[in-house]
Amino acid sequence: MTALLEVEDLRVAYGKIEAVKGISFTVEAGQAVTLIGTNGAGKTTTLRTLSGLLKPLAGKITFDGEPLGGVPAHKIVERGLAHSPEGRRLFPRLTIAENLQLGAFLRKDTAGIDADIHRVYDLFPILGERRKQASGTLSGGEQQMLAMGRALMSRPKLLMLDEPSMGLSPIMMQKIMETIRELRSQGTTILLVEQNAQAALSLADQGHVMEIGRIVLSGSGYRLLHDESVRKAYLGED
Amino acid sequence: MNELPQQLANGLILGAMYGLIAIGYTMVYGIVQLINFAHGEIFMVGGFGALSVYLALPSGTSLTLALPVMLLGGIAVSVLVGVAAERFAYRPLRGAPRLAPLITAIGLSIALQQAIWKWYPDGKQARVFPQFKGRALDILGATVQRGDLFVLIAAPLCMLALGFFVSKTRSGRAMQATAQDPDTARLMGINTDRIIVLAFAIGAAFAGVAAVAYGLRTGEVQFRMGFIMGLKAFTAAVLGGIGNIYGAMLGGLVLGVAEALATAYVENIPGMQQFGGGAWKDVWAFVLLILVLLLRPQGLLGERVADRA
Repeated sequence: MTALLEVEDLRVAYGKIEAVKGISFTVEAGQAVTLIGTNGAGKTTTLRTLSGLLKPLAGKITFDGEPLGGVPAHKIVERGLAHSPEGRRLFPRLTIAENLQLGAFLRKDTAGIDADIHRVYDLFPILGERRKQASGTLSGGEQQMLAMGRALMSRPKLLMLDEPSMGLSPIMMQKIMETIRELRSQGTTILLVEQNAQAALSLADQGHVMEIGRIVLSGSGYRLLHDESVRKAYLGED
Repeated sequence: MNELPQQLANGLILGAMYGLIAIGYTMVYGIVQLINFAHGEIFMVGGFGALSVYLALPSGTSLTLALPVMLLGGIAVSVLVGVAAERFAYRPLRGAPRLAPLITAIGLSIALQQAIWKWYPDGKQARVFPQFKGRALDILGATVQRGDLFVLIAAPLCMLALGFFVSKTRSGRAMQATAQDPDTARLMGINTDRIIVLAFAIGAAFAGVAAVAYGLRTGEVQFRMGFIMGLKAFTAAVLGGIGNIYGAMLGGLVLGVAEALATAYVENIPGMQQFGGGAWKDVWAFVLLILVLLLRPQGLLGERVADRA
């Protein structure tokens, strides 16, 4: 069986500056895969290219057996790839409910959409309580919950999460990570980008360490978590 | 003549026209952060579109019967020009430095004016626009010409329709999303190119309605009419808070009423006699703009724009 997502020798540049310099990795259906690394390693650029917001310089992206090259962003979500972007990027003047509705923009099954909105409210009860509130007024953690919920509303085959723990309190971060773990155990395929390597690796099947545009180390989450160089560079141990 | 109800009526009629045109500035700005300075000319060509339809009808057709068709004709021409401007003038410049689309807009303005001047039959002069016959009406102590009823009815209807569209329909929701965060809107599956075209089209349609109102009020259309009306409408959009559709209409009404009141009453202020009358009305309109920008830079209904995370 082929992988759900296959990235082959992907290169992405901003003008003349190459941010991603030829990376390859795969995501199997049902897996959680994480890209870790410091700021500027090219993780976000990789996700933005996968969802069509950036055009690759070279390389091949195959999703669910079909090439994604040249497909515009608004068509990619239709193929089953959802992207919860860095910084949440909610629609701040729209309510929680409206943000979730927009996550299901391409779906026509009103009943299914309503059911899924309630599933998100079950997952994050606070969102249900505040459904009529403008999303811009939520706390960072609540915004992150909404961003994840919104991405789930398209019923994606692959959920891409960019820095879900960014700027959150330790308790909130734990809650978000637990939710990701739960989604994974329910069978959602996840591609997670994180600076919090400890949290990301401990829930991932596969991990890739990125440094200035390249994957420098790959392995199972467990192995990377216990790799000495990873521990030194990313987990703050000497 | 200088009674308050009359001045208010004049101000509201003029202001409703400003407001209808201002919608086009504000919607396009809200979606692509572009000031479409050719919008005044998109308004102007709508006037000629409506006139052309009238001239094509058998002579003697009553204006009441002709008006709906003229309105459609005016809207169609404005929308066609507006959408073409987006497609061929602005879209290729997306991502270019901001000065480029601005200069393009000015060029487009001049081109559209000159096209009417050169190619529209007798376009070098003002062309007579049909007028409603019959006596003026008395409404709440103000004398209102029959032709002016058009904008007093059309403007609220247009606003109601637009409000419903934006807040209740799927495309309207997509438009709000695109205005707030275009990249993320694309991640939701929204074809933002289509939304941009839609914003230009709606703005142009409203300008077409305003052009018919202008023709009915002034009794003529001419190739230069878009300049000052466009400038005033842009002022109205900024006054109301650019990006906000209700702000655009409110800004238009406030501007229209302020102009009318200043024209009528400034000369009664001791020491200000020489600043009264119609000659100074544009000055007062822009004084109002400057005051609002100083005291409330985001406009009447605008929100302070918070930095995106």
